[in-house]
Order: sequence, then structure tokens, then C-alpha cells
Amino acid sequence: MSLDGESDREAGDGEEAEESTLTPSQRVQNTPPSGIRRFFELTEEMDDVISLGVGEPDFTAPWNAREAAIASLERGQTSYTANRGMRDLRERIAADAERWDLSYDPDEEVIVTAGASEAIDAAFRALVDPGNVVAVAEPCYVSYEPGVRFAGGETLPVPTRAEDEFELTPAVLQEAGAERADYLIYCYPNNPTGATMSVEELAPVAEFCKEHDVGVLSDEIYADLTYEGEHASIAALPEMRERTVVFNGFSKAYAMTGLRLGYALGPAGAIEAMNRVHQYTMLSAPTTAQYAAVEALDSCADEVAEMRRQYDRRRQFVLSRFDEMGVECFEATGAFYVFPEVPDPWEDAGTFAEALLEAESVAMVPGGAFGAGGNGHLRASYATGLDDLKEAMRRLERFVDEHRD
Amino acid sequence: MSDQSDAASGEGQADTEARAELLDLLCENARYSTEDLARMTGLDADEVEAVVADLESSGVVQGYAAVVDWDRAESVTDAEHVHALVELNVTLDRETGYEDIAERLAQFPEVQALRLVSGDYDFALEVEEESMSRVSRFISEKVAPVPEITQTVTHYVMDTYKEAGHRFEETGDDDRLSVTP
Ligand SMILES: Cc1ncc(COP(=O)(O)O)c(C=O)c1O
Repeated sequence: MSLDGESDREAGDGEEAEESTLTPSQRVQNTPPSGIRRFFELTEEMDDVISLGVGEPDFTAPWNAREAAIASLERGQTSYTANRGMRDLRERIAADAERWDLSYDPDEEVIVTAGASEAIDAAFRALVDPGNVVAVAEPCYVSYEPGVRFAGGETLPVPTRAEDEFELTPAVLQEAGAERADYLIYCYPNNPTGATMSVEELAPVAEFCKEHDVGVLSDEIYADLTYEGEHASIAALPEMRERTVVFNGFSKAYAMTGLRLGYALGPAGAIEAMNRVHQYTMLSAPTTAQYAAVEALDSCADEVAEMRRQYDRRRQFVLSRFDEMGVECFEATGAFYVFPEVPDPWEDAGTFAEALLEAESVAMVPGGAFGAGGNGHLRASYATGLDDLKEAMRRLERFVDEHRD
Repeated sequence: MSDQSDAASGEGQADTEARAELLDLLCENARYSTEDLARMTGLDADEVEAVVADLESSGVVQGYAAVVDWDRAESVTDAEHVHALVELNVTLDRETGYEDIAERLAQFPEVQALRLVSGDYDFALEVEEESMSRVSRFISEKVAPVPEITQTVTHYVMDTYKEAGHRFEETGDDDRLSVTP
């Protein structure tokens, strides 16, 4: 797994670990392991943990999609595809995006990647020059900052605020000095907060970006998991299409995380640049997964709707329970996360999360792992069956009550 | 549906949605408590009670039952269960319609389900009994002699893989990593 220190090998199994003569690059040395990792290790050491720390669906990919993947293997479809992905798939992706008023040419403006992760990484490497500044709306998914760093760029954190329901506003952009940024990356519906942004709320952000000539990298991987109103993409706003790359994929809505399939939509030049990176580093996205995705787009809308219905019920359940125990939590309306405040008398989310894990075997991730804007909060994922959620809430309530004075 | 003023008002629409949502939840798990149903739907507990009572009294909800894997039940209880699906062909005459025959068959406690179906036969019957011999005795002594019934074909259930939406398999472990970004 790593060259030293964190070896996968059990300590004391005889041999001494060999000293590596391969020195990690400065770039890697400057990148600390994710804050999530530490918490993962703590959780793994314990038995019978109910984890609300999982960032992927608890559902299995729809059978139709899995079946199509199996059938493609049976037919022996195991070669590379076109760099940008199978045309059949790109066409369907473009057609699907029309739901959000997005219109992209499948030949020039769509690229299929190994997860949205690869698309995001390719965008950083294709668009960011050394010295460029990428503003990152926080709290956010943990990969943006290291991705920019690996590409040689600099990041500028833009902390969103609980009182704004963790939405981006011109005020927080200004306060962070984002007018000097070359790019802005954000994610709505948001991981870890569950916040969403409507067209009306995106419009002033679009104005800010146009005024200050900031390119937008819009991570919309949770678009289908929007529970109040419709998902909106900034790229559908006037004059935003040419300055925006949209990321999406099959991991969340279709519960296909392990198939590793995502995509980016953007103006031809940007997608061409990303394809340059992609063709040398990935060649093409996993072929089997592309067949699954074609079928997913053709026939799995009902399953997606059903999963969304289940998440929505759990969301309302969890929000009601936090409310009943007097734990402050803003009303998350997307993804599968809620982002409660650390209950009194705790100040620090990390201390609370460790004490809760220790006492009640319930895991929630401290918000600070998702950037400074997340301090004082916890991410609770409801990608977990209702029975476990109920039990987790019961334990949390007991824990919170015991420590209330 | 039939009440136009109901459909026209926003409240009527909300009622319709609440009914559909609660029905869906009860089908998923009839043991959800009123409080949990309220938490999941955003309704008040009182509203949940009222809608469910209404669904029950109007006959939309006919009852609540557990989905049981009887093969497993056998190992923890003494209960023996044999399940059979029976195809029935009937002839009708001026005095006797499907309803009349159904009325007669449905009253047998051995009959778990009775449906009129399209295709090669008329009625699909589900029978539950303690043993195969009791099933066949029931069919030959009680069902076949019904004058309108011209033919019966009995299929014993050998194994059940899924029932009422529930897969009968070892509950799959959650193999996701416990904490991920
Ligand atoms: C906000 C966000 N973006 C991107 C990803 C990565 O998705 P993929 O599986 O498509 O690489 C995740 C996964 O957790 C995510 O939460």
C-alpha cells in the first residue's frame, strides 16, 4: 500500500520490512493522508460498529445494468473502446443531460472516464497551469485539494457557512478573495453537507465568475439525489456553458461505485484537452462498465427513482431524530448526507466522534476532514438501511443525553 | 378519485400523496411504528394514524402478515408446511359465474390465495397444508368434486427464492469499507 510506515503486512510476521530506497516525490510528501483514513482505521479496530461514515450507496447496482455487463463479457467484449468512450454511451449521456437543460455534442463535448474521479483529475491536469489558483468551496469532497496540488496548481479555500446552509454566495467568494482565482470547483448536491443550490442561488455565483473570469468545475455527481425541487446546473445559465466543465457519473445514482464510471461535459476545447491527458493515462474507461452504463441509461430510471425514494425517507427520518434529540442540523436536501453540529458540551468534532465511537460503536466522520468550513460538524451518511439508522440514532440519543448537563 | 372537489383542492392532492406513500411504506414493512412513519414522511403522527385508519376501514388495506421462509421456520418450530399452486379449469353456465365458484373455494381455510387469471386455465389457487398427502386429499376431496370444476393440476412448491419482494437468501454482509470519502 505504501512504501513505509503504513505497510499492509502485519507487524511481527517474521521478516523486517525492507528499507525502501525509493523516495516519494516532494509532491506526495507534501500531501498528508486523508483525514478520513485515520477515522477508518479507528473504526476498523472495533466490532459491531454501525457506520454512518460510508460515502457510497448501500444498494447494489440495478440488475439490468449488471446483466448487461455480464452479457458483454459473455460476448467477449473485452477490448479498449474509443478514448472518449463508446459512442452509444456518449449519445445517451448527452441525451440524459437534457433533463438539466444541458446540451452537449456527444462527439466533441462528452468524455467517459474511470469514475468522476478521473474526470476531475484530468480536468485539473488539462486546465491548471503551475501558479494557477483554484478556489475550492469547502467543506467538500476530499480529492479536490490534492488533485490541484498534483497538477501543480494552488488552491484557495472558500469556506461556505452554516448560516447560508453551506451554499456558495458572492459574499463568501469575495471574502475568500476568489476574484483572483482561475477556476472554482464545487459540488452540489454537496458531500459532506447535503446542501443543494437552486438556479436562483447559482445565478449570482455565475455572475461572479463571469465578472472575474473564473472557470467553473462543477461536480454534479449527486444530481439525481436531489429531494426538494429539481437539480440545477450552472452550465445551463447564460454564457456559462463556455466556461464550465460538468462532472457526473454512475457511482451514486446508479449505485455503481465499483464499476468506476463517470464522465465530463464541457466545451470542445476543454474536453479535447482532458482527452489528451486521458488518452495517455487511462486510454479508455472500463469497457464492461460502459456496457453496464448504456443499459443503466436505457432501462434503470425506475430503480434510480426507487433508491431516491428510500434515501429521501431516511433523510427525513434522520433529520427528525436529530431534531427530537435537540442536535442542530440544517435541512440537507441532497446527496445522502446530513451535517449536524457537534452537540453540547463538545467543542471539537474529532473528540466527539471518537468518544461516540468508543462508547456506542457509532461512526460519524468529523466535518473538519472535508476542509476548514466543516469544523464543528459531523458528516452522517444515511446510505445505510433504516434498521441500522434507527439503532444508530437510539445510541446517539443515549450518548448525547448522558453528557448533557 | 371520484370526488372532483377533492382532486381539485391542494389538500386533496396532499391526501392522495400521503395515502400512496404510507401504502408503499406499509407494504415495505407493516411493522414501522406510527412515529417512524411520521418521521419518514414529514407527516404528524396523528395524520399518519388517520390515513392508516382510513386505508383500513375502506378495505384498501385488508390485513398485515409476515413474510416467512417456512423452510427455515421448520428448523426452529415444529411447523410443517407444504405449499402448492393449483390450476383450475371450470365451466360456467347461466346460473353460475366465476364469482360463485370463487365464493365457494375461498371459504376453505386451506386456500391461501385465489385468483382469476387469463391464459390456459381459469383460477390459480394457492394451498397451504402440513403435508403433501393432506394437500392432495384436499384437492381430490374438496376441490375436484365442485361440479363446475373440470380439471385440476397441482404443482408442489419445491423451493422459494423470493416472496412478496423479499429475497430468501443468507443476508448479505455489507462489504463496503466502513468509512469512505
Ligand atoms: C463529491 C464527489 N465527487 C466525486 C466522487 C467520486 O466519484 P466516482 O466514483 O465517480 O469516482 C465522489 C465519491 O465519493 C464524491 O462524493
